[in-house]
Amino acid sequence: MTTSSPTVAASQPQKVVDARKAGSMVFAASVFLLCAWVLVPIYFLLVNTLSSPEEVAAFPKTFIPPFNFGSLEFFAGFSGIGNALKNSALVAIVTMIMSIGVGAPAGYALSRFEFRGKAAFRILILMTRAFPLPLLALPLAVMFIRTGLDDTIIGLAIVHTTLALPFAVLITFSLFSGIPVELEEAAWTLGCNRVQAFRKVVLPLVLPGITASAIFAFVISWNEVFAASVLTIENRTLTAFLLQSLDVSPLHLKFAGGFVLVVPALIFIFAVRKYLFAMWGIANR
Amino acid sequence: MAEIQIKNVAKTFGSYQALHSIDMTISDREFMVLLGASGCGKTTLLRIIAGLETPSVGEVWIGDKRVDHLPPRQRGIAMVFQNYAVFPHLTVFENIAFGLRMNKLDDATIKERVNRTANLMHIEQLLQRYSGQLSGGQRQRVAVARALAMEPDVILMDEPLSNLDALLRLEMRAELKGVLADSNTTTIYVTHDQVEAMSLADRIAVMHEGRIVQANNPVEIYRNPAAHFVGSFIGNPPMNFLNATKGGKGKWNVAGKSFSGPQSGQENLEFAIRPEDVTLNGGGLDAKVRIVEPLGAHNLVTCDVDGSLFRAVIDSDSKVKAGEHISLAPMQDRIRWFDPQTTLAVA
Repeated sequence: MTTSSPTVAASQPQKVVDARKAGSMVFAASVFLLCAWVLVPIYFLLVNTLSSPEEVAAFPKTFIPPFNFGSLEFFAGFSGIGNALKNSALVAIVTMIMSIGVGAPAGYALSRFEFRGKAAFRILILMTRAFPLPLLALPLAVMFIRTGLDDTIIGLAIVHTTLALPFAVLITFSLFSGIPVELEEAAWTLGCNRVQAFRKVVLPLVLPGITASAIFAFVISWNEVFAASVLTIENRTLTAFLLQSLDVSPLHLKFAGGFVLVVPALIFIFAVRKYLFAMWGIANR
Repeated sequence: MAEIQIKNVAKTFGSYQALHSIDMTISDREFMVLLGASGCGKTTLLRIIAGLETPSVGEVWIGDKRVDHLPPRQRGIAMVFQNYAVFPHLTVFENIAFGLRMNKLDDATIKERVNRTANLMHIEQLLQRYSGQLSGGQRQRVAVARALAMEPDVILMDEPLSNLDALLRLEMRAELKGVLADSNTTTIYVTHDQVEAMSLADRIAVMHEGRIVQANNPVEIYRNPAAHFVGSFIGNPPMNFLNATKGGKGKWNVAGKSFSGPQSGQENLEFAIRPEDVTLNGGGLDAKVRIVEPLGAHNLVTCDVDGSLFRAVIDSDSKVKAGEHISLAPMQDRIRWFDPQTTLAVA
């Protein structure tokens, strides 16, 4: 229905103005399709979450959610859900702190200092993403059990940090590279030592980007399910918990679980969308 | 009192020697210009004085303090960068106040000094703006004001005008000269623009391939180049050079004519003359005119003398045309001689 309108416009004999109009309609249609691609599943998720179990199974669907909070209420009362939520948040926060704590200095070093093997180092950072997690999960689990790191917040956060770190390093590298070194040098000649120059000049300029990169690390951890399932038993994160319990749950509870999982990530990204745009824009300043 | 002494300073980057044992003394309140083509080491030398690079060997003294092991903030310098380096997250006021705040001056003093230097650089109406809202020329003014506000012993400038357009550069040049003359600081100014160097400098140090070839006042550099390079680099158009062979008893043959020159044991010398130091008189060098370029005030004539390129600046009333043969008579007291082996001047 949406794609048909530009086709109709294009099939008629037309002037240049019409062609331009058709072009903008194609553009509008593409934007609409892309949005629909993302939003329609989320919308169905919402509708089904807010439906009673009978309505979930029923056909045809209503487009207005019936606002039946039964599934969600059941879900909230589900034992362990609060704990899983807390674990997820804790792991994500620790991941965020560790990946920025380690990644930002690495990004700074990459952008400011020349050292032997710098190019190889950058490739190596990306290479960490080349190993599929399932391949590493078993040996990791064994190792974690031996060291007592299994089923702990910090243990899982370490694994998530390895996943988030390459992004943190590369994003902060490009952020710091976007700050001319002369700004720091100017600060040095104006009475700053290295640390002061960093704090007073570089940090204010990269802070929006750092925030975005931290949020990114948070979301990577929040959405990660495989390592979380393998490495935790009692202290499950939300993803692992849902994967385990929803597998055997009725359909309406699956919808409710999915909704609870997606919404925090969406809200978070939405809240920092300005910074995420700044993340790419800052290098041009 | 801020005399700068550079003692035997050299700098190597890996296997590349950027500076070869530089010795130089810049006296208190002197305006010294480091002039040279890109890659000659002038910026490296400036950065060593600033403390942004460390010399591989040698010593740097500012006043009576050895500073080559000190960080920039302890050297009593202020620097103006080529791309201005105005902090984008601070207002113009806070940019100028930045160094003063680092020095923990009280607010009243800071305000007074910022306003004074802003007035000096005519940016008082921009104090609440951010760098992004300023033009290139205004940013340059902020950068200079920020340096001046520090009231440093030494101001270092790294091609500060090279990013400005031509007209603005002319205006800023004159203004800089006035402001810096009043500020009682020692100034070291790096540029590749010889006109800028000539117009600003008390003394010019011409650099070439990591060495100072000649350091002297602008007129002396222009009139008496110490080496072939200086003659060919300074002046627009540059000096003309012709081969000279010994004619005995202080006489030298140049393109079939005999000129009196130095009493030298060598068989060959280089004869050099500036384009404006020749006249259209008979009995001079025979020149075949290739191109005539009328430049308003005078004509620039490019000729062929004895197979070499030769430029002459002559009166714009002259009727010389391309293809003609003319006689160019060099003024005897303006002829300079260079040793073709060492390329140095021969008296």
